[in-house]
Amino acid sequence: MKTATFRIWRGNSEGGLLRDYTTEVSEGMVVLDAVHQIQSKQAPDLACRWNCKAGKCGSCSAEINGAPRLMCMTRLNDLPLDKPVTIEPMKAFPLIRDLVTNVSWNYEVKKRIKKFKPRRPDVSDGTWRMLQPDIDRVQEFRKCIECFLCQDVCHVLRDHRKHDEFIGPRFFVHAAGLEMHPLDTEERSQELRTSFGIGYCNITKCCTNVCPEEIKITDNAIIPLKERVVDDAYDPIRKLIRRFTNGD
Amino acid sequence: MADYQTFEHDVLVIGSGGAGLRAAIEASATGVSVGLVCKCLLGKAHTVMAEGGIAAALANVDDRDNWKVHFADTMRGGQYVNNWRMAELHAREAPARVRELEAWGAVFDRTPDGRILQRNFGGHKYPRLAHVGDRTGLEMLRTLQDHGVHQGIDVHMECTILTLLKEGDRVVGAFGYEREKGTFRVYRAKAVVLATGGIGRAFKITSNSWDCTGDGHSLAYHAGAELIDMEFVQFHPTGMVWPPSVCGILVTEGVRGEGGVLRNSEGKRFMFGDIPENYRSQTADNEEEGWRYTQGDRDARRPPELLTRDHVARCIVREIKEGRGSPHGGVFLDISWIRKKLSNASEHIKRKLPSMYHQFKQLANIDITAEAMEVGPTTHYIMGGIRVDADTQMSRLPGLFAAGECAAGINGANRLGGNSLSDLLVFGKRAGEYAAQFSRENKTGVVNPGQIEETVSEALESFNRGSKGSAADGNPYEIQYELQRFMQDLVGIVRKETEMTEAIDRITELWIRSKSVAAHGNRQYNPAWHTALDLRSLLTVSEAITVSALNRKESRGGHYRDDYPQKDPALGKLNVVVWKGRDGTIQVRHEPLPEMPDELKGIIEEMK
Ligand SMILES: Cc1cc2nc3c(=O)[nH]c(=O)nc-3n(C[C@H](O)[C@H](O)[C@H](O)COP(=O)(O)OP(=O)(O)OC[C@H]3O[C@@H](n4cnc5c(N)ncnc54)[C@H](O)[C@@H]3O)c2cc1C
Ligand code: SF4
Ligand code: SF4
Ligand code: FES
Repeated sequence: MKTATFRIWRGNSEGGLLRDYTTEVSEGMVVLDAVHQIQSKQAPDLACRWNCKAGKCGSCSAEINGAPRLMCMTRLNDLPLDKPVTIEPMKAFPLIRDLVTNVSWNYEVKKRIKKFKPRRPDVSDGTWRMLQPDIDRVQEFRKCIECFLCQDVCHVLRDHRKHDEFIGPRFFVHAAGLEMHPLDTEERSQELRTSFGIGYCNITKCCTNVCPEEIKITDNAIIPLKERVVDDAYDPIRKLIRRFTNGD
Repeated sequence: MADYQTFEHDVLVIGSGGAGLRAAIEASATGVSVGLVCKCLLGKAHTVMAEGGIAAALANVDDRDNWKVHFADTMRGGQYVNNWRMAELHAREAPARVRELEAWGAVFDRTPDGRILQRNFGGHKYPRLAHVGDRTGLEMLRTLQDHGVHQGIDVHMECTILTLLKEGDRVVGAFGYEREKGTFRVYRAKAVVLATGGIGRAFKITSNSWDCTGDGHSLAYHAGAELIDMEFVQFHPTGMVWPPSVCGILVTEGVRGEGGVLRNSEGKRFMFGDIPENYRSQTADNEEEGWRYTQGDRDARRPPELLTRDHVARCIVREIKEGRGSPHGGVFLDISWIRKKLSNASEHIKRKLPSMYHQFKQLANIDITAEAMEVGPTTHYIMGGIRVDADTQMSRLPGLFAAGECAAGINGANRLGGNSLSDLLVFGKRAGEYAAQFSRENKTGVVNPGQIEETVSEALESFNRGSKGSAADGNPYEIQYELQRFMQDLVGIVRKETEMTEAIDRITELWIRSKSVAAHGNRQYNPAWHTALDLRSLLTVSEAITVSALNRKESRGGHYRDDYPQKDPALGKLNVVVWKGRDGTIQVRHEPLPEMPDELKGIIEEMK
């Protein structure tokens, strides 16, 4: 049977090293299958996080040959197997062990974003009316599986470690999903400009390129948010009109 | 003395899927303090994978729909061994629970006049499933998560509960370990809600995620609660079969709801050849009518591909067994044929079924807009679970509640698609509400240190063996794989006495071997240790399923016996109940179904 070698990061926050494991590969295998195989036969305590193995939960994020990807959606066919496949944990977050990082910072960030606040119902039975074309954009943002790969690749977090001043692409997508929700009446542009640090984003589009859900993070979420933030800061009348038309 | 950290909450919810989150939100809204423990990260629970939709008689697409029709459909689908009260509450309350999601920010697909769109699904008379493309579970879970985190619920992620703590009969907390460091934790609570989901990981081919190891079933069983209907496991007719590494991943029923058809290797739509009597009047008898149904023609009847899951799964197994299967041991599911009907078919498919398109393209290199998929049955859902009171969701142990897939009653012998997500909302809310009430009426209980010591020493046994490093150390992964293989072969879609008796013997053998597994390394995020700890749950639920299945000597819904292929009307009047006896062995009894009020009987008659 065909084999391939996987060069996997082993270690914790105190240090570690890349170690080689050779294992059998068969048709259709994904990287996560290889990791499981190595776990069950050679390295029982090799830590990796996963849940759905179907690209739906966003648990199995890692860096494969240096590229941030979901292990369960990366087929071995698409990788050169004549040299070792490197699998490393995400770099933007503190390491727990082996391939598992501590992503709790992301959960803290989300709590800081004001929640959805709908306008009064349109109909006396307590329901609303929204047309499909008006929600297409928001539905794109809501596809996000919170894999945090975009956070991992963004240089503002990865290299400049601005975790305290910048919420990262994932949460601009989240904020955009709220801000562009036809029913929402909340106000978020003040903090987007200040404590959420949208100004740090210099539109490199690295985040868009790694998103497994193919969300156009930069073009569809961040740029319109930037425009909105500028408008609201310099044109308060327009901001009022927008809130007014949302029925607040 | 064991080393552990202690946390205290009024209500402790175990599980962060739809049921757990909904329960936590409800309890917390009443003002009590709520802790939510889950063994995954928040937002990753199995519910996130749900695709097709949430069943609720909103009547947005067909105004003939109402709770009575939904109730009758659910009972028919469950072959009338459902708990009628749960089926009634579910049908009545689901619409309000779905509308509430919209008020919390969910963005469902829309009808042309701007209301929540509903789609067709197997066993539902009218288009009833509120949905978002084929990622409804994600929408629902994210909405609950985002709503919940602003409510002050304390979330303990990646903590696995190992035992329920008791004072006499009452459940007064839970004990577990957190993965990051591997340290132990005691959660004291006035009321505990189990919302731990399913058991799919007891079988080799499954659509279920990593956390579906039946922990809640097992925790409740060992604490003294009863399990009911455990013989009813749902094998979803359409899972991926190729390539091997993705075998079991779900192909949503939505594909058939949108017009996808099943064919065998001879190109025949075999489902037309096998329509059960009680569904004949509702099922199309020609292909054209079936197509019109999927396109919203109110006068058309549904195509036979949308018969209940148990039936479709068995028809597929028959085609494969009789040599009319596809190259990789499945049958063909084709949605690409609608090119003949719609000029924009390719775009239409991508818009209606985006994740299916993605999934096949990425994992199997197949373009579903141009070619047929290969599919076969996959272990999907368990109808059975913890026996609870229909209105309050409390088990027979005071202070212990259960909701969602780990609780039983609403689905009877077979669940209709879409009825799980609505079940999570309706009964998650109820469990949260009544658990909160219980916590207000009762004081914090006393935790028994002896019980904790015992659990700690059991939990660490595998390490003690690992550190001795003997060559005979059992490999926890091997035991898990072995169990999954024989459960699939011996207690799967088609069952018989001899095979299930063999399964019991092998489970007994694995119980013994599970006591000799070893974990190596340290306790920090150690998957071998975790797998070793999961074995107890997997073995417990496997045993409960097999014993219950041996006891139902008939075929009904998800439970099909080769040696008793017919329905037995006498057995249709009872449920199988199992519990742990004083001597530690599994006990079983038959219990008559609760008597249904005449009004509901009338509804069922009327809708027949
Ligand atoms: C692919 C797929 C598609 C589906 N599509 C649909 C659909 O369209 N419509 C529908 O109605 N149903 C659908 N279902 C079924 C439905 O998704 C599940 O039945 C439902 O999500 C179960 O939800 P739950 O809240 O009960 O548990 P889960 O979502 O499974 O959550 C269980 C939670 O419990 C936690 N947990 C488990 N054990 C422990 C422990 N020991 N300690 C601490 N925490 C623990 C887990 O970490 C997790 O957070 C689908 C299922 C699958 C597999
Ligand atoms: S586009 Fe902005 S958010 Fe995205 S990676 Fe670049 S800097 Fe970061
Ligand atoms: S936006 Fe895309 S890359 Fe970022 S977390 Fe969501 S799914 Fe992942
Ligand atoms: S395991 Fe869920 S996305 Fe990979």
